[in-house]
Amino acid sequence: MCNTCGCASGNLKIEGDEHHHDHDHNHDHDHEHQHEHEHHHHDHDHHHDHDIDYNKLPARNHNPGMSQARMIEIEENILAKNDAYAAQNRDLFKAKGILALNLVSSPGSGKTSLLVETIKALQEKFQVTVIEGDQQTTNDADRIRETGVKAIQVNTGKGCHLDGHMVGHALEHLAPADGSILFIENVGNLVCPAAFDLGEAAKIAVLSVTEGEDKPLKYPDMFAASKIMILNKIDLLPHLDFDVEACINNAKRINPEIKVLQVSAKTRAGFDEWLNLLEGLRGQIIAEILAEQEAKLNKFKNLLK
Amino acid sequence: MHEMAICEGILQSLENIRAKENFDKIKIVRLEIGCFSGVETDAVQFSFDAVTRGTFAENATLEIIQQNGKAYCMDCANVFETNDRLMPCPRCDGINTMTYGGDALRIKDLEVV
Repeated sequence: MCNTCGCASGNLKIEGDEHHHDHDHNHDHDHEHQHEHEHHHHDHDHHHDHDIDYNKLPARNHNPGMSQARMIEIEENILAKNDAYAAQNRDLFKAKGILALNLVSSPGSGKTSLLVETIKALQEKFQVTVIEGDQQTTNDADRIRETGVKAIQVNTGKGCHLDGHMVGHALEHLAPADGSILFIENVGNLVCPAAFDLGEAAKIAVLSVTEGEDKPLKYPDMFAASKIMILNKIDLLPHLDFDVEACINNAKRINPEIKVLQVSAKTRAGFDEWLNLLEGLRGQIIAEILAEQEAKLNKFKNLLK
Repeated sequence: MHEMAICEGILQSLENIRAKENFDKIKIVRLEIGCFSGVETDAVQFSFDAVTRGTFAENATLEIIQQNGKAYCMDCANVFETNDRLMPCPRCDGINTMTYGGDALRIKDLEVV
């Protein structure tokens, strides 16, 4: 365990990031400093927000005078640390007008192929960067890099999900440009990544038509957490018994607000809508920043009147 | 199996608390876990025992308070408590419901000696 920013030891490996292994943290490392600050802040909160009553005896039966058992009230969110890292990532995305999307699915739904084709279609227009999460190998990042865009592989080792901290470190290496689009391809797993905020604008659940149409019912937490569902590999529909309508209904039962797109990364069917959606989301983020800045500007202009 | 990561987080919080509170052992850790938090309570129990083995928190009893979620029926505007995202509205039997809440994942308190 690293004492500076709490990096878990173990098998986590971020390409180009050596400090995870020797735990020799460099303190002029931007991200580390922020972490340290967060910890401090956290401790601070804890001291002041929660009274500790030494006289308050536990609810169970204890022998008075024998036991020094006491209650300590905590009321602490278990994911507070992850959420703090995610908030830092979100701040960075906001400062730079970056659209960050977290792609989640079971293994083999075609996330990487979808990304490769999406990048080919987008890269003339926007800078795109990718964070790839897998337990082992740099295969996916290699496939993305073949398109010419910057990608970084995070190997989670035994881990089943990416967390806000891993993404924060990966961002230091990626240095995505202002107004760019960042795709985070999570570890193929429809369960665990649902709980971990990475700072993204939206989770996108990718489901391929070679899977069951009841996946949204079987793994409801993930579909509840996603704003968009992409039904991938629709070019295979003529060969399958997959009921598209039933699948969409299942997803909407779990999450009535989920937006559903049907695409094929192979034939690029449905790609116009997908690319328009991405462009729209990116525009929305930049428009929000502009509106905020304009409001600020107007506030100060009015002070001069 | 992100419950293992969750429990590593809990242990880390307990270490931080211990550094300030100066106690020997933890007898009880009380958690609040929502039905829609994506966490399996049995797996938390298993992982907690695994990650605390050999630490000051070893043998601590984990007490889990389950938190229900809520659902809003879009057909009849009824609001009801549930831990099942697919539960039909008990008033109109409609299935056009939207669940929310039930996402707690909290260390509530500790009993220490």
